[in-house]
Amino acid sequence: MAEFLQFVFSGLTVGAIYALVAIGFTLIYNASDVVNFAQGEFVMLGGLITVFLGYAGVPLLLASVFAIFATSAVGFALYYFAIRTARGANAVSLIIITIGASIFLRGAAEIIFDKRFHSLPPVFDSAPIRIGGAAILPQSLVVLAGAVIIVMLLWVFIGRTLFGKAVIATSANRVAAQLVGIDTRVIVGACFALSAAIGAIAGILVTPITLASYNAGTLLALKGFAAVMLGGIGSGMGAMVGGILLGLLEAFAAGYVSARYKDAVAFLVILAILFAMPEGLFGKAKVERV
Amino acid sequence: MIGKTLSIATAMGVGLAAVFAVSAASAQVKIGAVLSASGPASFLGDPEKKTLDIYVQDINAKGGVAGQKLQLVIYDDGGDANAASTFATRLVEEDKVVAVVGGTTTGSTLAMIPIFQDAQIPFISLAGAVQIVEPVRKWVFKTPHTDRMACEKIFADLKRRNLTTVALISGTDAFGKSMHDQCISVAPKAGITVAYEEAYGPGDSDMTPQLTKIKAKSGVQAVINTGFGQGPAIVTRNYRQLGIEYPLYQSHGVASKQFMGLAGAAADGVRLPASALLVADKLPDSDKQKSVVVSYQKAFETKTGQAVSTFGGHAYDGLMILVEAASRAGGFDRFKVRDEIERTAGYVGTGGIVNMSPSDHLGLDLSAFRMLEIKNGDWTLISDSGS
Repeated sequence: MAEFLQFVFSGLTVGAIYALVAIGFTLIYNASDVVNFAQGEFVMLGGLITVFLGYAGVPLLLASVFAIFATSAVGFALYYFAIRTARGANAVSLIIITIGASIFLRGAAEIIFDKRFHSLPPVFDSAPIRIGGAAILPQSLVVLAGAVIIVMLLWVFIGRTLFGKAVIATSANRVAAQLVGIDTRVIVGACFALSAAIGAIAGILVTPITLASYNAGTLLALKGFAAVMLGGIGSGMGAMVGGILLGLLEAFAAGYVSARYKDAVAFLVILAILFAMPEGLFGKAKVERV
Repeated sequence: MIGKTLSIATAMGVGLAAVFAVSAASAQVKIGAVLSASGPASFLGDPEKKTLDIYVQDINAKGGVAGQKLQLVIYDDGGDANAASTFATRLVEEDKVVAVVGGTTTGSTLAMIPIFQDAQIPFISLAGAVQIVEPVRKWVFKTPHTDRMACEKIFADLKRRNLTTVALISGTDAFGKSMHDQCISVAPKAGITVAYEEAYGPGDSDMTPQLTKIKAKSGVQAVINTGFGQGPAIVTRNYRQLGIEYPLYQSHGVASKQFMGLAGAAADGVRLPASALLVADKLPDSDKQKSVVVSYQKAFETKTGQAVSTFGGHAYDGLMILVEAASRAGGFDRFKVRDEIERTAGYVGTGGIVNMSPSDHLGLDLSAFRMLEIKNGDWTLISDSGS
């Protein structure tokens, strides 16, 4: 029982990160139909910028806030310089552009920062909490709480504010939204920036547990994408559930099957979903009028 | 028309030949290095690169070797064995080096060995696994202690503490796997039982599933982690996080302050075999290695501002063995240099005292390894009597 509980705790922690990456994917996809494979790099940037500002002597809280803003700016720049200028290109081209952007950001991080692994001190510097024979780090609880808070704030923002309604309108039908006077460029740009900010927060929260390095983003983006596919692309609830579920599946596979194939779980999930249930758990099958 | 083209071509040909002749005359001797200065092995490869740079400059400033200056050609394989293989071929075919000191990781070394063997170029590896020098290959040598020696040293310490049943958690990288295999094979002779094994990928960021399973097994008295890079740091952190009480041993793959920085307070109490370099100032004055390690430590720390690591020390040993062999050989003829490297005797390096022979291309024995324990963010020496 203690073993099972331990695997659940590991799964929830890493699942919360996948959920945050997946939410970032979903936000951008809903607003612009682009699958942004640079999402993992936002997580990496959040962590590394905070670490290096910390080394330079900036207090960590200030460093974190600055890192979030800086990463949002990078997200907006990605939209403004890469996606917006490719306006009218088909979906595949836009995805390839984001892959190119992720490679660029990784290369820039390699040069601006360095190639080593870095850590941040955890928020609560206390010992692991023991529950039922298993141990969970206080930082894992912080990550989980962070994910829940971000999802709730996002839900309030999208559902209850005018700007949020504009986002819903843009994702429902871009042309109609433009016709009622919504500047979809601003909306999409803001979604990119918001998505980058969410990624950065995820990065800052998880660095004390998983360490940050310049190439941490790649695998994270792929797993976040697997989570999105599992949950159903376009659904916020799906992103959250998909992320947590993927994290748990990985932990159980590592614990009960073999730890060597832990990374394969995400890819097996993508294949299984595409074969069996392409719209994911919460997604709607896409219907097109011809 | 053809005559004019022909004469221009001839003129260019002669001109190029002249340039080559001139450049050949003032050519320096090229020494190659393929190191993992970036990527998961960067905290091994980066000090190695810095060490080679510092000491080649130093040697050239003192007049070079056998009257020739050294030119260092370094490539960064990023921890990828395939990239290492490509760079090795480039060193042989384009740069035409006379010797190579490099191969930070076991994986990259094993990938490059066939290339240097075929090209008949002396290759001094900086990687850990015993397969690099066993079976002995004519052109391949190495300076770091082998993984088998690490296992033997750890087992001896365990035996002394009356801990005979252990669990092994290994990285699936070439070094982690190789040391795992070596530990399994020498355990019976050392009187140790390996009761349980787990593994993790070198890029994994969470080892709690594996450690949870180890914790659940009864009868385990100590855990040995074989691997290098970020993996052991995460294993150490997870180990403390899960509250596992019995001792944790690491390999010499973590012998650097960066491991301590990543593992944080979790590293306290961890024991590992490592070279005397890490405890240079704590060695008794009678220790034969003391003067070499103290001067290397001072030079490295002053010139780079970073704490010394054993990996840089291995690069230093590799370079010095090569340079001393070349001066004994009176030049950089590949065959003579190789023979002289094989005749290295009584060389006092950072890793130990080296005595090579045609059947031993490493030259170190178990006394070259010291058992260290991490206390309060620093290395302390555990003497052979166990205190």
